Amino acid sequence: MIGPQLHSAFDIKVILAENRLDDGCEYWLGQIEKTKPADVERALSMPAGHYSFEKLLALVSPAATDYLEDMARQAHQLTIQRFGKTIKLYAPLYLSNYCINSCRYCGFNKDADTQRTRLTIEQALAEADILAAAGFADILLVSSEDTKFVTVDYLTELAGKLRGKFSSIAIEIYQMTAAQYAQLFKAGIEGVTLYQETYNRAAYSYYHPAGPKADYDDRLEAPDRQARAGMREIGLGALLGLTDWRIETLALAEHAHYLMKRYWKSHISFSFPRLRPAFEVRPEQFKHVVSNADLARMIIALRLCFADAGLILSTREGADLRDHLIKLGITKMSAGSKTNPGGYSRCSDAVEQFQVDDTRSPAQIAEMLKSAGLEPVWKDWDKAFIED
Amino acid sequence: MTDELIIADRKFGSRLLVGTGKFSSSQVMAEAIAASGTEIVTVALRRVDIENENDDMLAAIDRDKFLLLPNTSGARDADEAVRLSKLARAATGINWVKLEVTPDPYYLLPDPIETLKAAEILVSEGFVVLPYINADPVLAKRLEDAGTATVMPLASPIGSNQGLKTRAAIEIIIEQANVPVVVDAGLGRPSHAADAMEMGADAVLVNTAIATAAESTKMAQAFKLAVEAGRTAFLSGPAAASPAASASSPLTGFLRDDK
Repeated sequence: MIGPQLHSAFDIKVILAENRLDDGCEYWLGQIEKTKPADVERALSMPAGHYSFEKLLALVSPAATDYLEDMARQAHQLTIQRFGKTIKLYAPLYLSNYCINSCRYCGFNKDADTQRTRLTIEQALAEADILAAAGFADILLVSSEDTKFVTVDYLTELAGKLRGKFSSIAIEIYQMTAAQYAQLFKAGIEGVTLYQETYNRAAYSYYHPAGPKADYDDRLEAPDRQARAGMREIGLGALLGLTDWRIETLALAEHAHYLMKRYWKSHISFSFPRLRPAFEVRPEQFKHVVSNADLARMIIALRLCFADAGLILSTREGADLRDHLIKLGITKMSAGSKTNPGGYSRCSDAVEQFQVDDTRSPAQIAEMLKSAGLEPVWKDWDKAFIED
Repeated sequence: MTDELIIADRKFGSRLLVGTGKFSSSQVMAEAIAASGTEIVTVALRRVDIENENDDMLAAIDRDKFLLLPNTSGARDADEAVRLSKLARAATGINWVKLEVTPDPYYLLPDPIETLKAAEILVSEGFVVLPYINADPVLAKRLEDAGTATVMPLASPIGSNQGLKTRAAIEIIIEQANVPVVVDAGLGRPSHAADAMEMGADAVLVNTAIATAAESTKMAQAFKLAVEAGRTAFLSGPAAASPAASASSPLTGFLRDDK
């Protein structure tokens, strides 16, 4: 079968469009349904950890359901071989929930009648101190699209003050320009997570009716800009629940594969944000709810195609599920997260972006990992990479 | 005569170097290190808080028993590697460094150009440099000329457990080297380590194969024995291998009667 990976275009927009991964996707859904056990067996007999579109298609198909345990075993072994008996830990720090976007699934959307908070640099540092005291060395700065307040200058100043306390600083903030990413990299921010949310153009337009985020192409090309700015860690993801997860997984893999080939010095990670109840948002509103089994399958299938990709799981998911998924390919997780600005120091009562399910403390997560035979890794980077 | 490994005038009884990543806990790591008999333990500067003596991993390594060899894993270019090395020296007083410049985050293959550049700078600033390189004999000579204490060619991609895939090039490196050759990365089984030592490598470095074994301590011991066996075999002058049994001499037998 000719898959998108054989395409000569070196442009993610063209790759997705010409292979119909950004439209209704009926064709690929049909191919997925037609997959036979022999296709799955062929996929599983290929060297684990290498990507091909055909292989991933087989692994997400209904035909692979009977092979799930085999797949899980391969994913587990491969993850231990490549990453060791370890799980990295990080914490998100929410800076603002003011937003100029209208995303229909998000509790921060500009039309939601909710309490808004912005943290001053001092307030953000107070939050960070709590995270550092809990042991975190890896921090993810998160904000909604608050372009008036959470500016590049604000982030530069904050990063400068966090560098002494954290070995790794990354952001999960609205899409930016190449120059903005370059300035942030210079300021010591070495990673960016930015979800496309959905690779399906029609669904994207529906869920993002207004605001800067409504520009699908600009968002799709943001990881290119991050990589060109020198960012080491680039996090991708689709918001699971908006469209069929299998098609999103295929598009996500194509996106990652394209970035890996084009920007060989940046490391790609996948996250698995599943729609969660949020302020004025109920998952029942969404047709494509992703089950635990589907989520596990997606994690395993991506691991079997990308041996060295980071696979990240947040506290959106429940304790019991997380305790199982850490054996199936996950390499990094958050712990004790608060998804509202000021949530750690309780300096405000702002609304959460989404409800956290795993409410265990960082220390409890570390203990859980140890009893599962895994070393909790708090530090896996060093500020000396960036500064003297 | 004792058979010691000598690196930069320092003598070591063991020819097995051990890495500290990927273990399930610092305790398991410490037990495996002890069982391996190693005297040189390498630590990724990115993983530890080098300025903090109470760091979990650092505290598990007895500096009186082992030479702590900081490595620059994660450095994308010479500048980063040099900066990390200086930080480690300032914090610990250790002027040895395992130089790793690996801009590709997937296979972690070493960048030959930046590695040579960093080695030249570090040697000139008084470091004892042990560079991790691809199995490139010319690069090995260039590094030796630059004054590195060893060369550390990879057997196969790091963490891949594939064994000596670069055999032909490593044979040349060993033949030409005037500094110890430490085969690093990709040795997945004790037999791979024994193989490298039989070839004449001066030492090997093992991490993943020990750290990710079901029983790290036992595997560490197995590598210890394999390295010793391989070294002993090398020193014993192994018998020549031949593709076929050779009881008779079909081509020259007629000469036996030619008096």
